[in-house]
Amino acid sequence: MSYRNDPYDPKQAVLLAPESLEGAVAEAEKAFASAADLDALQALKPAHLGDRSPVSLARREIGSLPPAAKSDAGKRVNIARQAVQAAYDSRQAELEADRAARVLVEERVDVTLPWSRRPRGARHPLTTLMEHMGDIFIGMGYEIVDGPQLELEWANFDALNIGPDNPVRGASDTFFVDLPGLVMRTHTSPGQVRTMLDRQPPIYVVSPGRVYRTDELDATHSPVFHQIEGLVIDEGITMAHLRGTLDHFARAMLGPDAKTRWRPHYFPFTEPSAEFDVWFPQHRDGPRWVEWGGCGMVNPRVLTACGIDPAVYSGFAFGMGVERTLMFRNGVSDMRDMVEGDVRFTTNFGMES
Amino acid sequence: MKTSLSWLREYVELPAEITASELDAALTNLGMEVEGIVDQAGTILGDLVVGRVLTIEELTGFKKPIRFCTVDVGNPAPQEIVCGARNFAEGDLVAVILPGGELPGGFRIGARKTYGRNSNGMICSAAELGLSGDHSGIIVLPADSAEPGVDARSIVGLDDVLIEVEITPDRGYEMSVRGIARELATYFSVAYRDPADIACAGATAEVPYPVTIDDTVGCDRFAARVVRGVDPNAQSPEWMQRRLIQAGIRAISLPVDITNYLMLEFGQPMHVFDLDRLHGGLVVRRARAGEKLTTLDGVARALDAEDMVICDETGPISLAAVMGGETSEWQEGTVNVLLEAAHWDPVMVGRTARRHRLFSEAAKRWERGVDPALPLAALQKAVDILIEHAGGTASPLVLDIDNVVAPVALTLPSSAPARLIGLPYTSSEVATLLARIGCEVSGDEVLSVVPPTWRPDLVAPIDLIEEVARLGGYNEIPSVLPPAGASRGLTPAQKQRRSVGRALAENGYVEVLSYPFVSPGVADALGLPPADPRRSAVRLTNPLSEEEPLLRTTLLGPLLGTLKRNLGRGRRDVALFEAGTVFLPHLTSTAPPELGVDRRPGNAEWAAANAIVPEQPWHLAVVLAGDIEPAGWWGAGRAATWADAIEAARVAVAAAGIAEDRITVRAAENAPWHPGRCAAILVDGEVIGHAGELHPAVLAALELPKRTSAAEIDLDALPAAPVVDAPKISTFPPALIDVALVLDRTVPAAEVQAALTEGAGELLESVSLFDVYESEQLGGDKRSLAYKLTFRAPDRTLTSEETIAARDAAVAVTSSRFGAVLRGA
Repeated sequence: MSYRNDPYDPKQAVLLAPESLEGAVAEAEKAFASAADLDALQALKPAHLGDRSPVSLARREIGSLPPAAKSDAGKRVNIARQAVQAAYDSRQAELEADRAARVLVEERVDVTLPWSRRPRGARHPLTTLMEHMGDIFIGMGYEIVDGPQLELEWANFDALNIGPDNPVRGASDTFFVDLPGLVMRTHTSPGQVRTMLDRQPPIYVVSPGRVYRTDELDATHSPVFHQIEGLVIDEGITMAHLRGTLDHFARAMLGPDAKTRWRPHYFPFTEPSAEFDVWFPQHRDGPRWVEWGGCGMVNPRVLTACGIDPAVYSGFAFGMGVERTLMFRNGVSDMRDMVEGDVRFTTNFGMES
Repeated sequence: MKTSLSWLREYVELPAEITASELDAALTNLGMEVEGIVDQAGTILGDLVVGRVLTIEELTGFKKPIRFCTVDVGNPAPQEIVCGARNFAEGDLVAVILPGGELPGGFRIGARKTYGRNSNGMICSAAELGLSGDHSGIIVLPADSAEPGVDARSIVGLDDVLIEVEITPDRGYEMSVRGIARELATYFSVAYRDPADIACAGATAEVPYPVTIDDTVGCDRFAARVVRGVDPNAQSPEWMQRRLIQAGIRAISLPVDITNYLMLEFGQPMHVFDLDRLHGGLVVRRARAGEKLTTLDGVARALDAEDMVICDETGPISLAAVMGGETSEWQEGTVNVLLEAAHWDPVMVGRTARRHRLFSEAAKRWERGVDPALPLAALQKAVDILIEHAGGTASPLVLDIDNVVAPVALTLPSSAPARLIGLPYTSSEVATLLARIGCEVSGDEVLSVVPPTWRPDLVAPIDLIEEVARLGGYNEIPSVLPPAGASRGLTPAQKQRRSVGRALAENGYVEVLSYPFVSPGVADALGLPPADPRRSAVRLTNPLSEEEPLLRTTLLGPLLGTLKRNLGRGRRDVALFEAGTVFLPHLTSTAPPELGVDRRPGNAEWAAANAIVPEQPWHLAVVLAGDIEPAGWWGAGRAATWADAIEAARVAVAAAGIAEDRITVRAAENAPWHPGRCAAILVDGEVIGHAGELHPAVLAALELPKRTSAAEIDLDALPAAPVVDAPKISTFPPALIDVALVLDRTVPAAEVQAALTEGAGELLESVSLFDVYESEQLGGDKRSLAYKLTFRAPDRTLTSEETIAARDAAVAVTSSRFGAVLRGA
């Protein structure tokens, strides 16, 4: 056994002594524990784990031992070395955790700062309310039909049993245009007429949209406003079906406690006809009946004019004002707010009404 | 229609204790719109009692004479009251409101010190009690009419309930006490007495005055009686005056008041002529076009050939059924009168009233339908009241020219009401309900129903079914959902409109719903060229504002107005959108064919009618001013530009379900946009709209901020959203490669990108422009466009050779098409 470059020097074997190794471990643990940060710890590493560290030097001395002692000494050195390494690793983990925690603290921000760099827009509450109404009826098996706003007088009046002498056909109620036979539709009912001309029963449709009357704009009137109108034509349709439909719609729109109340009325296009009120428990001024719209059984004269045999089919129609609904449901107090297009009004409603 | 409960009670035995709300419910459920029910007793709160004036002390030294009174109001101690009136004496009975009470108008009465004395209450005048306008003095009650301390309301006449109802146009019979009383009797199932059911003189062979009817369509009945020698100074009795005033009709003179009173009670409008001012026999005929008549309101009217007139030898003396004439009417001093009760054609009266804008109480009743059986009874009652209060002698002669056609029997299967109403009405229930409103009903399975003369509205079986439903009670009808329809949901166009609106709102735009009315000047302000089709607009013939008579042909006019309103209200950054219809007339003013109502129009007729209806496509428009991204603590904002408007159009089209690769943007020149900053938006190669910055001249004309941008597209021109094919997602890595191309500035970036895409082939996954660079070195007419190309194969990792080959192929197309060279190459 020979060590060419490291001649045997029995003095050196003292490093392998158990107390020496324990001392080296204790020294390393103490030194590592005192390291204030990862850089300091890194700087201490060569002294305790490097080539010239006590445990490394002790390992070199193993060769000088008698073979019988080598194994035992080797184990001791390994244990010591592992203990120093563990002390190092543990301190390193501690310091890394400290550093991560410090970074998180340093990266703290004020999360209440505003970030409205891309302002949200909004949809007009009349639009979203009409869509909501339409969706309820689609759920009840209806379809939504549209019709022209500049409409044939025949479809707006004559076909709906509004004869030529009816005062609503005068210029004090209806907008006329410089084209003969046309008016701005005064209600969404001509949509019914078009539907009956286009389709065969069973017909289940609603027609939301803009209508026109010659009223000056004020807090409760507008020359341009919106209605939603429903039409059902089928075999065996009764007023009870009309009532059931309106009650269901009222509950879907206004909550489970909503219900309708009817008052006999006159409309040329329906008979029997009624105006109906809705019980609205959430009204801002307390629960109450609110006038909502008109309804009735489609007049046989209307069916005849639209090519549907009143001996076979019956049907009902109903209509209500969308502005009116928005006013009592959402507490809009002035018609002008819905008309003027002030973004402050509309933005308030966001994407739904 | 205004009336009072006491008047109704003369003919219907209503429950004595009926409340205002019960009355309201009854009238409402009968189909009348209740405008008001006022219990006069409730108009005064607190104690209104009879008082006896015990002592009067005249107070002097004030601006006006004042009385300090002691009044016995039924208490042990007399009430001390200061009073400014002088028309009473010690011992008189007066009406006293005690402290704590309240007079109409919220005038509260308290105990107070005034003119140096205590005043504990007030002695009332008729005006203070809201009974009349009489302020001249306090009310002095008849001696011994009551004991002091009793409630004074019924004694002064504050004991009635006033009723005001709106009558629907089909129910003329309800415009009378007779009709409302009958309805209430039906509703409450109580006894009813018909006011017209009186013994009356019938027609005599000889007539009291000669009358000829030329047109029995316009006038199917004309009855008249003559009374001579009435006292011209006779006053209408107080009860009649009070009822007229309660009905909102001014008391004029006894004969005129009687006709008004009977119009209210019977529903029969009448007319009273001064017999001595009639010249020769009367002729009832149509007017001749251009004939003149000065009506009672002093207006000289040119008559129409459809108007009916009553004429004497001098020509027209009365605009029949609507308003009398100046020359023949009763006037002060009239002693001999001719009373007329006729029956006129409702259509004629309605047209005449509208033509002459004379919506008299009489015209309102004629238009809705008056019972043709009334004239003789009305005349009899008029004659009776007149003679009772003004003396005179009634001629025994009675004129009655009667061409009235009796109501015809209607046939109603007794099962029909149940089938339509949804309540199991039996045949006998149907018959009973119809009999209650005066129909003569016979039959069982099929009923034969003769409506009463006062119900000209009952002309078809459906009218009878309505009466069954109404009298049976609408609110008895059960609530049953109909069998569901088979809905296909929203149409593709409806879905697109919703998606577009939602997408724009999510992108910062606020929806508005502008009126479609525009001024003719808008076309000029928008700089539309002379031949621009948007200059051809439909014109309202009766616009609310003469300044805005046209219907919009572009959404931009009204929308820019809304933008301006928001800016005017202090908003600086505004992004608006509107989806709505525009009105594009065909270049024709042909009238549509006459379509009947007795059958469905034929398909050809219907198509011909629709061919003249202007096109009304749905458009979408956006307008932007100020910053689209606001300034904040993060730094500066970003002003909205032409590019945002174009992007809004892209967002809208994409939201409508149109894939990016079907959308093309190219430079365009189109008013009202800036010619160098306007894009045409194309889908599948078809222009569907424009977007960009508005023309500076337009912005100046409309006084809008510089750089305001806008877009408008035709939503109806969008193809339906297709069913989308799923893409194949490759899991192999991408190969990224940048190219910078130098080419002429005039080459549109969109075309360069299209060329790169075309040349790169199927391996190209995406291409994006990341830099636009211009410099002196490149040359003044050149620019560099730098693109990031991402390649990926579906089935393998691309080699660099493949990637470079694809890049070179892409560049080659731009080189051959635009002369592009790789920068730095």
